[in-house]
Amino acid sequence: MKLVVLAGTPGSGKTSVLLHTIRSLIKSGKKPAVVKVDCLWTDDDQRFSKLGIPVHVGLAKDMCPDHFTIYNTDAMLDWGASNGADIVLNETAGLCLRCAPYPDECLAICVIDVTTGPNTPLKVGPLLTTADIVVMTKGDLVSQAEREVFRERVLDVNPGCIIVEANGLTGKGAFELAEMVTEGPDVCDNMVLRYNPPLAICSLCTGETRVARKHHMGVLRQLDGFMEYRGE
Amino acid sequence: MNEELTLTILGGVDKDGVPEPVKFLEVSKGEIIGIVGPTGSGKSTLIDDIEQLAQGDTPTGRSILINGKRPDAGIRVDPRKKLVAQLSQKMHFLADMTVVDFLHMHARSRGKGPELVDRVIELANTLTGEPISPDHYLTVLSGGQSRSLMTADIAVISDSPVVLIDEIENAGIKKQEALRLLSGEGKIVVVVTHDPVLALMASRRIVIRNGAMMDIITTSREEQDVCGRITQVDNWLMSLRDTIRRGEIVEELA
Repeated sequence: MKLVVLAGTPGSGKTSVLLHTIRSLIKSGKKPAVVKVDCLWTDDDQRFSKLGIPVHVGLAKDMCPDHFTIYNTDAMLDWGASNGADIVLNETAGLCLRCAPYPDECLAICVIDVTTGPNTPLKVGPLLTTADIVVMTKGDLVSQAEREVFRERVLDVNPGCIIVEANGLTGKGAFELAEMVTEGPDVCDNMVLRYNPPLAICSLCTGETRVARKHHMGVLRQLDGFMEYRGE
Repeated sequence: MNEELTLTILGGVDKDGVPEPVKFLEVSKGEIIGIVGPTGSGKSTLIDDIEQLAQGDTPTGRSILINGKRPDAGIRVDPRKKLVAQLSQKMHFLADMTVVDFLHMHARSRGKGPELVDRVIELANTLTGEPISPDHYLTVLSGGQSRSLMTADIAVISDSPVVLIDEIENAGIKKQEALRLLSGEGKIVVVVTHDPVLALMASRRIVIRNGAMMDIITTSREEQDVCGRITQVDNWLMSLRDTIRRGEIVEELA
């Protein structure tokens, strides 16, 4: 069994790229299954089911979407296996730039939209810097020079990654991606996250809604960068 | 630059999946080749196939060979090894950076030195009306300024042996000068155009319809003569345009 974790900023084209990649995987005789994780709502499952593959939706609701993804990774793999799949593709909600929901023994793919400008790779954090493959989308909307500058910035923050220029409309890049997915690592027991999660829990996690500083506990960071622990 | 260079296009399918009539086309060093056809017929798709050195993995199913062979993956993606420079129809930059920062970054991505940056700006300013300053933000440049900068950037930084140009006539810049600048010495130039001057400057032109390469027309002697004559008309129109732009009065019919 192989696991692919696909992350990226909202609207970057994760679903479209994945749809084309799955078509390519099916053509080469693979048995992919998709788990789409979102926060509150999604109808992407309808787009995936048209491909005739097993699809499962997970809504994180009140839980942190990355934690939800990580907590349910084993369950996703079991579900995939019981549906006859040999590859589980997990499309994450792709929201938090602090975390990266990539286990070590998976193929980690980060999808990033070129039209957001060449400073974006510097802002995305571990989602981008710990990915194996970085998929640049919407490159047809900018000049070749701008694509190349964007690419250079991606390599600045993740020098070891493989960059694929993909197009969610035409399917460009899907063939290459499908090949890399096929050659990706097999999952193992005791997988470990590639990047450390944030520090402890905070009072917002436990339901605090009051804004005033005195109500907040946990590992806290002030505007000037000063960090302290407040609590018991 | 390579001593010998040929670019081969192996035909694929049209928009309906039917094999296209032109199955094989070879272009050699020093040739300018045109791509003509109605809007939406698939001209830009063809140059996109060339830009990404398609290997049957694009919707058209075409394959592009370099010197008769399949190019290796490194040449396809690494800008430092790229054989193809492309001036697309994009008229604007989206990057929120200054001209000078952007050009430094681009020179680095192509493995070139920072000394080229000033030359790009200088050259761009020969093609456009209002001068571009190094401190300008890319996002505030006009369409003509952006296109001039992209053109100069290709001529100086992306100096690749294959140059693809998409509808340079719509850029509001001096098109023949731009074409001369981009074509350089011994390059393969592929130019998508609706402009009769540019189309007839090419030695051959590919006719596109419904996504397919329908025919290859070699520019005849008669057409070359016509090209010479319409170039004069075109230059006259350009000079009138400049007169009006300068706020002067058009005095006589030359």
